[in-house]
Amino acid sequence: MTTVMHVLPYLVAAYVFLTGCYGLATSRNLIHAVGCLAVCQSSTYVLLLAVGYRDGATAPVFSDIKPGSRPVVDPVVQALTLTDIVVGATVTALLLALVLQIAKRHGTVDPDELRELRG
Amino acid sequence: MKRLRLALLALGGAGLAALLVAACLDLPGFGGRSHPYGTRAVHASLTRRAANTIASVNFDQRAYDTLGEMSILFAAVLGCVVLLRQARDEHRAQPQPAEVARPVRRYALIVLPVALVTGLYVIAHGQLSPGGGFQGGVVAATALHLLYLGADYRALERIRPLAVYETSDALAVSSYLVLGLAGVLAGTAFLANTLLPYGTFNTLSSGGTVPLLNAAIGIEVASAVVVLLANFLDQAVEIEEEHGS
Repeated sequence: MTTVMHVLPYLVAAYVFLTGCYGLATSRNLIHAVGCLAVCQSSTYVLLLAVGYRDGATAPVFSDIKPGSRPVVDPVVQALTLTDIVVGATVTALLLALVLQIAKRHGTVDPDELRELRG
Repeated sequence: MKRLRLALLALGGAGLAALLVAACLDLPGFGGRSHPYGTRAVHASLTRRAANTIASVNFDQRAYDTLGEMSILFAAVLGCVVLLRQARDEHRAQPQPAEVARPVRRYALIVLPVALVTGLYVIAHGQLSPGGGFQGGVVAATALHLLYLGADYRALERIRPLAVYETSDALAVSSYLVLGLAGVLAGTAFLANTLLPYGTFNTLSSGGTVPLLNAAIGIEVASAVVVLLANFLDQAVEIEEEHGS
């Protein structure tokens, strides 16, 4: 039982990542594909936070707890997750802007119909 | 063709899944006690009197990485502005004011100042409590857009002169750089937190340069979100394709 609990959060991250990959590969709509990429990215949040967790620990913020009185979770991976979220949001915005231009120039957002190059 | 593609996907997916499971089984157990980097980061943060260790990691120990992150945000906003500009075969239509249900209008106008102050509070207390420039910036920027829900697009445009937000975005990015260079001029290293006194633990001015860098990020994120949303909203509300072209 405990061995399952020790890997389960990592397996959840892998599952979320593979779900996003499946969606990306079978997508019929570019906006849907951007959403799938966001799903892939959110698996990295799960992974990072799972790596940093410590049993019975609280948030690494010392404005209301005395330093050393309780164990705290790993702040380094939490900061990495914050970076991850910011970069994910900006990439999503940029990709959606690209999709908007594709929809305007080609009149479709189905990746299979975007075959020929146009100047 | 399509079935071949799916079969190939299934094969690759199964291989990737097997590799990921094997990697997961080899990771240190979930909830373990040994976090050497975390322990050291907490120690460094406490010696520099920043109560929120995550803010200390972001704006002191990894301030250089945050500079990169901020540049990504700035570049993405720049890219969106270029991609979403008004094209030659498009024109701007004047959006017509629409009827807003009274409860929606009342609620939006009451919540707007509360949300705006909350955003500024979260930015200002970044080094003390959970939150900081990134989170508070998004709260403050989205608070402004309650005006679009509660009134109409023209009301939002009046309180949101885009040029001001674009300029403050760029100014915030350069102030982060200038704060980093100030360390070099003072004889230490780029973005090293040795410039200012560390102050009293758990007060607004504690943590050396952390609150300043945090404020710069807060302004940058708030302006960037406003500019991004403005460009997408312009596409949805104002910009129309020329008919018969």
